[in-house]
Amino acid sequence: MSRRWKPGRSRRWLPGLLLVSPSILAIGLFVYGLIFWNTRVAVSGRHDEVTPYGFDKGKNFVDLWDDPSWPPAVRHALLFTLVFVGGALLLGAFLAFLMEKGVKAEAGFRAVYLFPMAISFIASGVVWRWLMNPAPPERAVGLNQLFGKAGLDALANDWWQNPRWGMAAMALPAIWQMSGYVMALYLAGFRSVPEELREAARVDGASEWKVYRYVVFPQLRPVTLSALIILGHISLKVFDLIMAIAGKQIITYVPAIATYVEVFDSHDPANGATIATYLLLAVALLVIPYLVWSVRAERR
Amino acid sequence: MSVTTTTGRPGPLRALRDPRTLRALRFTVLLALVLVFLMPVYVLVVTSFKSLQEADPSTAWNLPRDWSLEGWSAAWESLRPGLENSVKIAVSGSLIAAVLGSLNGYVLSKWRFPGADAVFTLFLFGMFIPYQAVMIPLAGLLTDMELVGTIRGLVLAHVVYGIPICTLIFRNYYVTIPDELIEAARVDGAGMLRTYASIVLPVSAPAFAVTLIWQFTSLWNDFLFAVFLGAPDSWPVTVMLNNTAGSGAVAVQYNQQMASALLASLPTLLVYLLLGRFFMRGLMAGALKG
Repeated sequence: MSRRWKPGRSRRWLPGLLLVSPSILAIGLFVYGLIFWNTRVAVSGRHDEVTPYGFDKGKNFVDLWDDPSWPPAVRHALLFTLVFVGGALLLGAFLAFLMEKGVKAEAGFRAVYLFPMAISFIASGVVWRWLMNPAPPERAVGLNQLFGKAGLDALANDWWQNPRWGMAAMALPAIWQMSGYVMALYLAGFRSVPEELREAARVDGASEWKVYRYVVFPQLRPVTLSALIILGHISLKVFDLIMAIAGKQIITYVPAIATYVEVFDSHDPANGATIATYLLLAVALLVIPYLVWSVRAERR
Repeated sequence: MSVTTTTGRPGPLRALRDPRTLRALRFTVLLALVLVFLMPVYVLVVTSFKSLQEADPSTAWNLPRDWSLEGWSAAWESLRPGLENSVKIAVSGSLIAAVLGSLNGYVLSKWRFPGADAVFTLFLFGMFIPYQAVMIPLAGLLTDMELVGTIRGLVLAHVVYGIPICTLIFRNYYVTIPDELIEAARVDGAGMLRTYASIVLPVSAPAFAVTLIWQFTSLWNDFLFAVFLGAPDSWPVTVMLNNTAGSGAVAVQYNQQMASALLASLPTLLVYLLLGRFFMRGLMAGALKG
């Protein structure tokens, strides 16, 4: 081999590489190998479980848009993402903002806002399906009944069973589960802003609001970015929550559910794999720039 | 004159600038939100203690007239096999992934090889991929390995896809160990594993706690792998719960449903309540910058 090969130096790192190699192999096979294999199925004509794979030049990726259930699935996922990510981000940031200077019983507040994160979407779905029951006013239950008792009948609605806006309601339990996480991120962010910076701005005559506007909030941008990426990728993958509340229904059909339906109900691996590939692409567009950015930022 | 912009606002807003009023207002808002956050738990708890006749959506907000345990005993009966499977899957899956994560994190922070950064980034992407994108071939692969529908198959899947986050947590933790310590051990002639065993492992307890809690919670709460790769024999509690309480359930026994949902959440809730500090650190690791 080349003359730059120094056995002494490789003896230093080779054991490390060997120790990590089982994990490298596992990730290589189970993440990258299977992604490759999934893409292989997606570009095949295997629309049932016996047809040989073949190659159909990406026809599935185009044909999918003619499937009447696909465009609504994309719309549902976008609506859910918008409401869930926006809602969890705003509520979480608001909670952290209220708490950042310290409040009485802060640990207790934090514990309550965070606990839903320890619960599975399946378990929380059991109660949210009940709370978001759209029974008519005279038999109203759940939140609608509560609104009625509080004289807020105008708020009563058909929740996730509304064909147009239902996915916005479906985002409520997800906000309930994840806003505590956002709160934790922002709380750490707020508290990493050095007090001297705020003090300096105050000495310069800035009002408390201006201290936030020009000193604190700009420092929170990396936190916002992290939270956006994490919530965004959770949102695109959401599966359990919808299965627990609605099961497989046209009204709540999203790509993450569609993969399952294509594989198990329609027995169409090629379509299932195509949808999964679209899902992967959406997540990759979001996550890869972020990963590269944060690994680089850390190197600096 | 410029001072007036900060002191001369109209009446109601002026009160808001009084620190005591502000503090009271903040506290009230936080308290109101606590009630909103606890509302689903209230419904779960009171309904789980109602008798079958009394457990009805129309009286969801009322306290039980007479407290009954029938929902809980029915839940226990129907969920027990699932709970056992969940314990097996979550405990062994988290332990194995934590050990691998510790070794990987050690090498990637202290015994780096050329290309270690690239390997780490490729690992991290595995943390974010939608599992739907690997499910179809994974089910095929596990079928070929005769592991589909078994507990071992589920553990294998969880371990492999748990490697990224475990590696991340340990790497971020080990970065804080001074390089000089590792270097000194090297100079003394200690090899990689010796250094790991005598210097790194003894201080790893907090990182193990974070990783194990984080893994245990996500394995316990998993549903996707379980429905794609499980079988009735190996179904964890989430699938069992969804089957008894799911939208397709035949007879609707609300007291049992709510008790089941609580029962299935107790282990992770206990972990969260008892070891919340470590849970939080796992959370932060998920945001990459621990």
